[in-house]
Order: sequence, then C-alpha cells, then structure tokens
Amino acid sequence: MSKFFLFQDQKKCIGCMACVVACKSRQGLPRGPHPCLVVTVGPQWVGEQPRTAFTFMPCFHCENPWCVAACPTGAMHQRSEDGIVTVDPDLCVGCKTCISACPWGAPQWNPETGKAVKCDLCHDRIEAGLKPACVTVCPTQCLYFGTPDEIPEVRRERYAKARAQEN
Amino acid sequence: MQEQVYSLCFMCSVRCPIKVTVDNGQVQFIQGNSHVPGIGDSICPRGVAGISLVNDTQRVQSPMIRSGPRGSGQWRQVSWHEAYDYIADKLKQITDAYGGRSVLLGERTQLSTHVSKTFLRAIGSPNHFTHDALCKGSLNTACRSLLGYTDGQIGMDYANTKHLVLYGRNIFESIQVKPVRQFSEAMEKGARLTYIDPRVTVTATKAHRYWMIRPGTDLALNYALMHVIINESLYDGDYVDKWVSGFDALCGFVKPYTPDWAEGETGIPAAEIVDFARELASQKPHVIFHCGYRCASHENEIYFRRSIFILNALMGSIETPGGMFFKKGPAEAGGKPVRKLTDQDLPKPSDIRFDKVGTPDFPTPDPNHGVAQMMPQAILNEDPYPLKALFAYRFDPLSSIPDTNYTRQALDALDLIVSIDINYSEIAWYSDVILPESTYLERMDSPQQANGPKPQIFLRQQAVSPRYDTRPGPVILQQLAERMGLGEYFPYTTMEELVDWQLAPTGFERADFKEKGFVAYTDQKLLWDRKTGIKFKTPSGKIELVSSLLEEAGYPSFPAYQSMSRPENGADFRLVVGRCAQHTHISTQNNLYLNELVPHNSLWINAARAEELGIKDNDTVEVASENASGRIQARVTEMIHPDCVFMLHGFGHEVPRAERSYQKGVSDSLLMRNVTDMIGGSPALHETIVSVRNAGEKP
Repeated sequence: MSKFFLFQDQKKCIGCMACVVACKSRQGLPRGPHPCLVVTVGPQWVGEQPRTAFTFMPCFHCENPWCVAACPTGAMHQRSEDGIVTVDPDLCVGCKTCISACPWGAPQWNPETGKAVKCDLCHDRIEAGLKPACVTVCPTQCLYFGTPDEIPEVRRERYAKARAQEN
Repeated sequence: MQEQVYSLCFMCSVRCPIKVTVDNGQVQFIQGNSHVPGIGDSICPRGVAGISLVNDTQRVQSPMIRSGPRGSGQWRQVSWHEAYDYIADKLKQITDAYGGRSVLLGERTQLSTHVSKTFLRAIGSPNHFTHDALCKGSLNTACRSLLGYTDGQIGMDYANTKHLVLYGRNIFESIQVKPVRQFSEAMEKGARLTYIDPRVTVTATKAHRYWMIRPGTDLALNYALMHVIINESLYDGDYVDKWVSGFDALCGFVKPYTPDWAEGETGIPAAEIVDFARELASQKPHVIFHCGYRCASHENEIYFRRSIFILNALMGSIETPGGMFFKKGPAEAGGKPVRKLTDQDLPKPSDIRFDKVGTPDFPTPDPNHGVAQMMPQAILNEDPYPLKALFAYRFDPLSSIPDTNYTRQALDALDLIVSIDINYSEIAWYSDVILPESTYLERMDSPQQANGPKPQIFLRQQAVSPRYDTRPGPVILQQLAERMGLGEYFPYTTMEELVDWQLAPTGFERADFKEKGFVAYTDQKLLWDRKTGIKFKTPSGKIELVSSLLEEAGYPSFPAYQSMSRPENGADFRLVVGRCAQHTHISTQNNLYLNELVPHNSLWINAARAEELGIKDNDTVEVASENASGRIQARVTEMIHPDCVFMLHGFGHEVPRAERSYQKGVSDSLLMRNVTDMIGGSPALHETIVSVRNAGEKP
C-alpha cells in the first residue's frame, strides 16, 4: 500500500475532467492514454431527482500490484519508501503485460512512445511540496490528497457538515 | 530554468486568473492563481488544455492570403508586410467607393476591444459589434430597463447565498471557476440549488430541486411565482417600498397567472410552485434568481429576463450579501480607471449602425455591443447602406450566427473578409486574408479593469514567446492602421508600451503585477447600504418595473403572456442547444485534449418519443430544419422533455486543416432560423423546429 491516498468526494465532483486533462498535460501525453479516468454513470432517476455518479479512477497503488508481478523487465516497480507504483520508461519494452494484468485499467498505452504509462501520484510534485496535478486543479476541490490516517478526519468533517445542514 | 508567470486564461471569455509554470520557454503546467481569493489553484478542463492550444501544429502559423475561390482552402503563405499591403489597398478601394461606413468589425469581447473600436473609428465606421448580443443581448437590455446598469456591472455573491435558482444556467458545465468553487463550498454549508431546464444537465443532477419544464415556458413559471409571492405577501415589503416603482402595475398584471394556470403551461405541479415560493421567501434576501445565460431563448426573451430581475427585486436581493451586487469601479475606492484608446478624442461616425441599433427601428439593445445576427440581412439587402468589408476578430459568424447558409450567402457579397484568428475557424477558412494572432499565453494584453466589491486591475502577462509567426491583436491593428495612414490614434508599437500608456493614470506600473498578477484599489469590500444607499441608474432612481427605457421606445412593460406552441407533427421537436464542460462554444473543438474528451455532439431525444419513431440509442438520425439537415448520433434518454431535442453548440466544423474536428457532429447554427428578440437584441436560439428520423430507414 502506498503511504499516500487520493480520496474523492463524489457529492462535490461535477465530472468536468479537469483532473484528466491536468494529468495528461503534466505527463505530456498524446491522444489515447488516460492515467486517471473519470467513470460516469447516469444521469438517471434516483427517486424523484436526476443524479449522476462520477467515479475518479487513478491507480490504486496496490499492496501487491499485479502489474509489478507481471512485468517481465522490472520496468513496473513499487517504490519501497512510499509504495508508489511507477513505470521506468527506459526499461519498458511495451509488451502490455501490465495492462492485461491490472483489473482496474490503471496502466495505459502510450502510442507515441510505444510504452506503458500510469499514475505515479505525481511523485515529482509531491517531492517538491506540491499536490498531484489532478488534486491541484479540481474546480470544486472534491479530491483530497494525504496520508491514510487523514482519511477518517476528512470523512468526519464531511459527516459533521452534512449533519449541520440537516439541523 | 523554471519560472511562474501570473496571467489570465482565455480559453473562454471569463478570464480566470492563472499561474503558468514555464520551463525553458515551454509551458509546463497551468493552474489557478491562488493569490486571488476564491479561486485557489482551481481551473477548468479548458483552462488546463491551454497548453495544447499553444503547442498545436494545426493552428494558423503565418499570415495567409487566399489563392483560390473563397473557402477552397487554397492559400499563399505571405509576409506580414504583404498581408498589410493587400488589406490596405483593398480597403482603400472600398472606402473610396462606399465610404468608411461600409466596413464591419465583429469580435469576441476581449481585453483589447477598445483597440478594435478605435481602429474602426479611425476608418470612419460605426459598425463595431461583439458576440455579446448572441450571448446575452436581451439580458443586457432587461438589466438596463430595470436597474439602469448593464448586466456586466452586476455580480452574484455565490459564497453567501442561501438559495440559487438557475434557469438553464448550467453552472457546473459552463464553468466559471470562481463561482463554481464558491458555490460548491456554499452548498456544503447548506445552500440550496433549484435548477429549471427541459434537459437534465450535470447541474440538474446536483440540484435539490429539478424541474423538467416544458420548453419555452420559463416565463409562465415566473409569472406564477410572482403571483404567489404577491398574493401571500412573501416579498420584502420594506425593500419594495423603498426601491421598486411600478409595483401596483405588477400586482394587477400577475393576478390571472395562478400556479394552476402555470401548471398547464409548464408541466410543473402548482403545489410545488407554491412550496418553492414559500421556501425562497423564508431565505430572502440571501437568494439569487440567476439572470443569465442560456435558458428559454425566444422572441420574447426580454420579458423572461425582466421577470428574473423582478423576482430578485421582490426578494430584496439586489445589493445584498448572498444576493446580487453592483460591481464597484475605481472611483468608489478613490482611484482612477485604466485608460482606453477610446478615451482619446476620436472622429465620431455620422452614420447609423448597420444593425440600426439606437435608431427608432431598433431602439433598445445596447449600441456598445451591437446585434451581430443582423449582419447577413444588412449585407444582402444593402440596408441601411452597402457593406463591403468584414474584419472577423476571433469571432466566427459562420458558426455562431444562426442559419449558416444565409450567412455564407451574405459573406459572398463582400469584397473583403479579413480574419484575425488563432485557429483555422470556419470564418478564417472563408476569409481573403488571415492574420494569425498569438495565443493568450504568448502575448501581453491590455490590462483588465476588474470592477467588483473590491475593484482591481489584472494583467495578462506573456508566459512564453510565440511559437509561430504570430502577433498580438492590438499590435496587428496598430500596424495595419499605420500602413493605412491612420496611426495617430495608436500611441504604441509594442504591447508593453500600450499597457504603460493605459496604466499611466492609475498610478500602478507593470512591475506591480509581477508578483501576483493583479493589483487592488482597496482592501475593503464596497457595498452600498441596501436601506438607503443603492444608486440605481434609472431615471427614477428605482427598480423600474414599468420601464421608462421600454415605454419611451413604444414597448409595453407587461405584455400579456403568449403560450409557446408545441411541435405538432409526430416527428417534430423544438431544438434546444447548450454547453458541456469541455468546450467553449465553437473555439475548442479542435483542441487535442478537449477533442479527445468530447469529439462530437449527439442528439438527445426523449426515450418514449424515440420509440415511437423507431430510433434506438446510438442510431444515426437525420435532423432537419427548414434551412438544412445533418446526420448525427442519437442519444436516447429519459433525461429530456418529450417536446424537444438537444445538441451541444459548436460542432460540425467544415475546415479540413482542423483535422481533429473536421466533419464531427452537426452544427446547430446550420439548422437554426435567424430570428431575433427585436426588443432585447438576442437571437431567438430556441425558435427552430426540427424533424428527426432514423437515417437507416430511407423514405
């Protein structure tokens, strides 16, 4: 498991895809790969109201990543210091094994370089004290980035706000 | 070497403050300017995608002169010198024969609009117009008729509102970053959202209350709301007594417009209308009926826009925290505004405008913006006089003025079409000369006088040097004016000189913008006292429900409501258009990143109606109006009213060099009728009836 987490507040997400574009622009990607995806379900009626679900899907940086296990060259690897799963373009031979291995579609194909590309939690930005590109630009600030022990805090705060509204 | 440049976005017209990270002369990343309160690092997808605009190889890369017939795509790459010579010679022939008034200049409103106005005044033409009429002409007129201010001088306090009411104003898809961020925070704190639209949008899916209203009947809903508010005395009595004139006339007028009556018109249950009015009254005055943009867009739009302002007036929400407010200028803070070229002593054109705005024929729209969609008939009928040359400055009449074939016919009657553009837009492709402008990231621009509760000045600072042989628009116009012997009104040769000239009276300098991208006249919020100090600019100094602007022009303030017709033929629908979060009107469809997300438009059609017509999801359908037809993918859904079909505006591009967007989807402008709200000035964009049939079944 990565020592970081990305948490999306679906209630606030408006599905604008600024995160998707920010991710692509930060990695300088061509048409095709989307290392972070937003999966849209709806709109559909939920009771009397129309609702849409937008689910933010970056790489989950698994505890035992199948992509890493499957990679024949060692290009896909998990950093021991923080659990971030990255792909080394120098070692990647473009065999797409990681793409087939991942159940979540996290590694993507870059047709320009002929190599795999994926969410690396913008580790260069994190190291410079910044937030990942997707979190930085989000217009509604529905994405949170932090360490796992911060999750309960964020959830507690959301719950308190929701209760305050009801009363 | 990495540096941060504070600038202003221009992927749409909003001009959000941005921070551009530049590394070795390349744009690395674009995000919001967090020095500006309420924005943080946020930016919308179009703003982030600015990086692929600047690096786009499918842009116009150097001046071009047409070498084949118009629209043939045969071009000669030329020097700036040759392009200026060509234009100046042609223009001289035209103005010698037909006078300066035969020249038109249309543009998308922008920071250097004062430069284009000056250019035209120097030629001796009154014919400057902007895209504003197409966007919000009737809104502007309604606002002036009631408050004495233009809509541009009104802001909304999203952060503190308790209830936001939106009529087709798709706030979460037509994104302005600051309002979106502020209002989503307000929603977390309990603000309510009511959304009214015949189609379910993302905004509808976030709303507490959504009404799928019958298309074109928003006005009926508003009259019924007024009826309930007055009948049950739910209005802000003190505010109305102090600031509203014509209240008695309104009371008499709305008597017959009961919620039961409105239910028949709109399809919204009467009891819900009553509940809604009561809920809003309990939250007044911290409520906003949002006055623009989009929504029911018909020939009587002016009265619908007025009804929104009237509801705000009844709630006492104009110049109130959590409501609307008037933007305060530098004078309110004891400062001096940014100077404009139009502040100079310029020749006054003696002719009326091409669109006759400001004459008894068309008295009420704002002559400062003009009415763009009158251009084709003015050219073709030579009414009021012959028009022979058009400058299209990042304004595309072929995709934005309804009825493209008619517009193209009019363009054919011109002797000269010059485009100042970044992309190969439809109009650039149809021009005689294209003058390529540098993108907003590659140029400094005129300072933005940003009025508001705290008046400020923003500066679009150059982030990177131009990728191609392009120049900033104000420099292009200055150089062209120079070549035509009209240089005396343009006291600059570079953008830096122009900015310095403009800033001179303010006491601020260019260097002051380096650190944050903007300067403020004051750190205090300027609000007028809503009990005693609101300065309405109407003749009566009040909110004029019975409007002197309209009545003096011979128009009634309260004409009887006329029901919107339902399409009667079984295959007929009202065409409704709108936006998505990933595109700006017609200008971003060819952007690498944005095109990938939304490559074409589809036709939303109600599931039950589609079944009757034998149309299934993803079928190709033919959609036809009286003007034209096109083939488009059907999106069969329960999320749209049975009376209408919907498509995104701005697709169906016909320029082969803009490869990504070439022939993707259908252009709504191609299908639409060119009809206008003759009191307000907006085109009636929802007045077109289309028939839809499955393209697989040949008749």
